[in-house]
Amino acid sequence: MALEHQLNIVDPDGFYEQLISHQRDLSEDDALLYQARLLLVLANHIGDRAVLGEAMTVARRALSPA
Amino acid sequence: MLHSYQYPRFPYQQSFEQKTGQIRRHPVVIIGAGPIGLTAALECARLGLPAIVLDDNDTVSIGSRALCYAKRPLEVWDRSGVAERMVEKGVQWKIGKVFFKEDQVYQFDLLPESGHKMPAMINLQQYYLEQYLVEACLQREGIDLRWRHKLLSVTQANDHARLTVETPDGVFTMEADWVIACDGANSDTRRMVGAEFTGQFFQDRFLIADVVMKGNFPAERWFWFDPPFHRGQSVLLHMEADNVWRIDFQLGWDADPDEEKKPEKVIPRIRAMLGPDAEFELEWVSVYQFACRRVDKFRHGRVLFAGDAAHQVSPFGARGANTGVQDIDNLIWKLKLVQEGKVPLEFIDTYHEERAFAADDNLTNSTRSTDFITPKSRASRLLRDAVLQLAEHEPFARHLVNSGRLSTPTPYVASSLNTPDADSFKSEMRPGTNCADAPVKVAGRQGWLLNELPAGFSALVFGAFDTARELDFAGQSLQVLRVGVDLIDSDGLLAQRYDAQPGTTYLIRPDHHVAARWRAFEPSKIAAALRRVTGQPI
Repeated sequence: MALEHQLNIVDPDGFYEQLISHQRDLSEDDALLYQARLLLVLANHIGDRAVLGEAMTVARRALSPA
Repeated sequence: MLHSYQYPRFPYQQSFEQKTGQIRRHPVVIIGAGPIGLTAALECARLGLPAIVLDDNDTVSIGSRALCYAKRPLEVWDRSGVAERMVEKGVQWKIGKVFFKEDQVYQFDLLPESGHKMPAMINLQQYYLEQYLVEACLQREGIDLRWRHKLLSVTQANDHARLTVETPDGVFTMEADWVIACDGANSDTRRMVGAEFTGQFFQDRFLIADVVMKGNFPAERWFWFDPPFHRGQSVLLHMEADNVWRIDFQLGWDADPDEEKKPEKVIPRIRAMLGPDAEFELEWVSVYQFACRRVDKFRHGRVLFAGDAAHQVSPFGARGANTGVQDIDNLIWKLKLVQEGKVPLEFIDTYHEERAFAADDNLTNSTRSTDFITPKSRASRLLRDAVLQLAEHEPFARHLVNSGRLSTPTPYVASSLNTPDADSFKSEMRPGTNCADAPVKVAGRQGWLLNELPAGFSALVFGAFDTARELDFAGQSLQVLRVGVDLIDSDGLLAQRYDAQPGTTYLIRPDHHVAARWRAFEPSKIAAALRRVTGQPI
């Protein structure tokens, strides 16, 4: 399995709305915590370490060390 | 400020009924001579309903305001012969660019499909649009435009509404079988009948400026998130006719609207964006806050609401005027059938059924865009920025970037007027969908399908059938258009878009939406579908 770079989410606008609405009533800290928890849940679902590693590289691209 | 446009003054005239003090009953009185009210008048005239338009002013829209007009409204205006002029004057664009901070993160092409008479989208200042609509109204029989007529009150009777109207000559009373309120987001008519208008207000302000410039910007839509010249906010640039450019600056909730409108405040913002050498002059400036709201019922007694008076959306996606024109497209043929007594009065409530459904779809889309452009918390802003950063290299993320999803018609998929498909089709032309255009040949001359569809019901039949040109069912006459005989599918696009085989039959409504479709021409099925689409027992 390779990392999917093309759109794979059904109804992307509806997905984004749902993602935002699930954190609307949270404090700033809890909203960030929610995003971290969601990341871990999804990473576990994917499972494949090669795919997860590739995803981490993509996410890290263009972010420079502090 | 500069003036690239000369505003016309329309003459006030005292009406005969006010002069004589005789109260008269009219079939249709339209409140507001904006794009929606004027379109309503043209549609009434086209279908043979006399219409009076009341407007408290005597000129067109000040400033460009509604700017982008999509294919479907242009097709509606084309039925009244006014769209070609708009397309000629308007600016056509298809490339959109999205920038985040210093960088362009991606660009899209609207990829307009060829083989349609009308383009996907044009940009045209609202004052030109209104001027063209007024001029078209003046050429039509049965339209009475009354300037400087201010509606003071509406009272409802069982079978009509009573209007109190003020003019420079004083106050008088008139009656109407139907009132169509097209008086905008701040509709007085809505307050007069006590209609609820609820939804979400957004805590944000936007500055819009019309700028005349000799710029090198191409005819494209440019959208910036957090640009260096306007940190932390968004900016939109759109080309209009006459070298006028529309610039929208997001200001945030704390901005002072009166202060922000001052040229000494606006000019430095534009200078920062266009660079120190840009030559430009300011033409019009406005600051607004927007809301996503809808009226509870599109009909209150004898008063029908259309356009912004019925629903207010954010400007992202050009859903305001475009969806208002589609309200009128839906309404007037229904009103005509009710006025003729061919259908029960309650039939008019399918206007609410279909257009409230469309309004809710527009509100959803417009709210989603607004939430992306104006994140409500730090966490959602980080998510938004992550999407924009990823969009530069990751194709999936481009689908999540939402700087406004451009207006397309909402099909009435769940409408009670539809006869659901019983046969199998591989085409988007499901019942409730507006008919796609296609090139056709008629009597040896090249034309367009939509121009050939009649003002009433029709059956579009593929194949050479031996049938009358006109059929009578359920008290309605139906014009039969045979593809291959009456129309020639010159490019094969008609059969392709409608997934047609010999025998395929579409029942088409007067607003050029599909009511039903079959694989064979069967008069008994057409008769039943016609009863359904006119709200009669089957």
